[in-house]
Amino acid sequence: MSVSHKVGTMKSKQDEEEGLDTAEGEEWMQGKTLVKPPDQLDLTEAELNEEITRVLKASNPNAPQNVVRYSFKEGCYKPIVFVDQMAIHFELEGNLVHKESDEGRRLMAKQAEVDDGGGVERPDNVAIKAAKREQKLTNQFNFNERASQTLNNTPRDISCQTEPPPRANFSATANQWEIYDFYVEELQRREKSKEKHEGQFLNKEEDKSKKKMIQAETQNDDISQLAKVVKIIERMVNQNIFDDVAQDFMYFEDASDEFRGEKGTLLPLWTFQYDKAKSLSVTALCWNHKYNDLFAVGLGSHEFTQQGGGMLLFYTLKNPSYPEFIFNTASGVMCLDIHEHLSYLVAVGLYDGCVAVYNLKKKTDQPIYNSRASSGKHTSAVMQVKWQKDDLDSNHNFISVSADGRLVSWTLVKVQIQMTFVKCLRKTTSYNVKLNKCVFFIGLVGTSLDFHKQKDYSFLVGTEHGKIHKGSKYYSSKFLEKYDAHFMNVTRVKWNPFHPDVFISCGWDWMVKIWDQTMKSPVFTFELKTSVTDVAWAPYSSTVFAAVTTDGKVHVFDLNINKYEALCQQKVVSKKTKLFNIEFNPVHPIIIVGDDRGHVTSLKLSPNLRKKPKVGDALILCIEKPTH
Amino acid sequence: MLDIECAGAEVEETIKRIQSQKGVQGIIIVNAEGIPIKSTLDNSSTVQYAGNVHQLLMKARGMVRDIDPQNDLTFLRVRSKKNEIMIAPDKDYFLIVIQNPTE
Repeated sequence: MSVSHKVGTMKSKQDEEEGLDTAEGEEWMQGKTLVKPPDQLDLTEAELNEEITRVLKASNPNAPQNVVRYSFKEGCYKPIVFVDQMAIHFELEGNLVHKESDEGRRLMAKQAEVDDGGGVERPDNVAIKAAKREQKLTNQFNFNERASQTLNNTPRDISCQTEPPPRANFSATANQWEIYDFYVEELQRREKSKEKHEGQFLNKEEDKSKKKMIQAETQNDDISQLAKVVKIIERMVNQNIFDDVAQDFMYFEDASDEFRGEKGTLLPLWTFQYDKAKSLSVTALCWNHKYNDLFAVGLGSHEFTQQGGGMLLFYTLKNPSYPEFIFNTASGVMCLDIHEHLSYLVAVGLYDGCVAVYNLKKKTDQPIYNSRASSGKHTSAVMQVKWQKDDLDSNHNFISVSADGRLVSWTLVKVQIQMTFVKCLRKTTSYNVKLNKCVFFIGLVGTSLDFHKQKDYSFLVGTEHGKIHKGSKYYSSKFLEKYDAHFMNVTRVKWNPFHPDVFISCGWDWMVKIWDQTMKSPVFTFELKTSVTDVAWAPYSSTVFAAVTTDGKVHVFDLNINKYEALCQQKVVSKKTKLFNIEFNPVHPIIIVGDDRGHVTSLKLSPNLRKKPKVGDALILCIEKPTH
Repeated sequence: MLDIECAGAEVEETIKRIQSQKGVQGIIIVNAEGIPIKSTLDNSSTVQYAGNVHQLLMKARGMVRDIDPQNDLTFLRVRSKKNEIMIAPDKDYFLIVIQNPTE
């Protein structure tokens, strides 16, 4: 209001200016109304008029009021009442230093120095300097300061390096099989060390063996270790060459047999020949029972006039080009037999009457036993040998029959071979000479021998005169039975492997006869056009048998199918070659035949020839049916 | 000693027989390090065969033994269009024979 008066008084002089001012003032005044901020508390009139007392204190409201301190005297916390109440609102550290203080004086001196620094320094300003360095009081006239420096050795770097340890690169693989090999070797080493502990004199032997080992190793690149491998390779090569034959052997079944009726055929497989045996003829064949692909061939000569050396060869079907084992004998081999259980023992009967036993495991060419030196050996060709069961002392023994008419049992006792006389084939009228309990007759020529499969004391002997004698090992003086079989030489007698009473015989009189041992006359008789040299029963059927003749033909019969005719009559060798031996393989459906050129031919039987009888013992039925 | 000599002669004889069989083109004997010690082929072919066959043999043997450590490789046949390579390993050596089976 007062403002407006002042403005009013000056109005007369400054109308225009004041008029503006007045206008502004009025506006300003008009604007001077109460404005409420939006967050102001809304209070009632009564509350607004309330009197609130405000008191000023000297205490700091932010000071802590509950400070406690541990009192060691009383052992507990005690509150402290008197607390500093000063509250600092603002603090600023100044940089003013008092003139008289130490720091002040230092700074003043520094300041003076800096001012003096512009001028030239004079040596006789020592006084001034001395004054500056007030701390160190020195004698101005007699003060010497000396300094010296020690000799600094020239720095050197000396380093040394050690020789590195010898290094070698080692790499190896650890496979499952290498671990296995290692364990096997470890086991062997342990076993050897055990033996070492047990034996005492082994040290010397070890040295010797070590020397031998060293010698063997120095012949390095010695390819004699390759023997086994080379054998495998040779068989593989042969398998490749004769691949089609091998496939036929395993898998070929002649399908045309269905259309052929009863007849069958023989499929030629491998031919086994050895060029050094060209002049010899096959005299004996035998399959090995343990290894069904191995067979033995005895080579010699049937002719009396053409006697030379002989050979014993072993062939395997896996290698048709070369024999596995070759043994040369002094005279022709006439017969052989392989032991049933110990298939490495082979008994051989020779033309000069010797018997020999070969051991295939030994590498030598010589037999392990030879009857050449022993007394009581045969005086004529040995026609048949057969292994027997081991005797009570578990010595191996075999029986031989020879053309001098004697049946002799040979026992292998350790190193030598001992002869035990079994029997002699006697003629009805002759004179006797006694020798050692045995009666010695000039007897008949025995040509063939066979032992019964089940009752191995019972045997059959065929003679040159065509008779067959049945005997027993327990009766050495007499024969049990005599059969008038053939008119000429009986070349083979064989018991039937299934039927206990039946046997077969063949001879040079062109006949093949089947007998029942209880009957005097044959049950079946077959006539083949030429002399029959060998006959064999089949191992898979009691009614199948095969015969070979001198005209090179193989005849196969099956009594179950046809009692009168052969199922197969096939010529298997070239013209004018005589067949002498036939054998069935115990497992595979093949037969081997030996001829007089020294060749062995293997033939596969077609399905019609291999029929197994379904009913129990077909042969009994065949025999019991009225045929004759 | 006699046995070793006999065995060596036998092996030589068998190798000659194999060489004379139908279709056989060559025989190589390789020692354990892969170096051919005897061969009926020319040098370059021999070295080639020996090196390659060695690796194949190791692989084949490793495979057979891996599957069953008690088993071991007996032989390996590699039949190709032109011929057949037969490999038979031994402890320290192996033998390679190349044959043309269908002549």
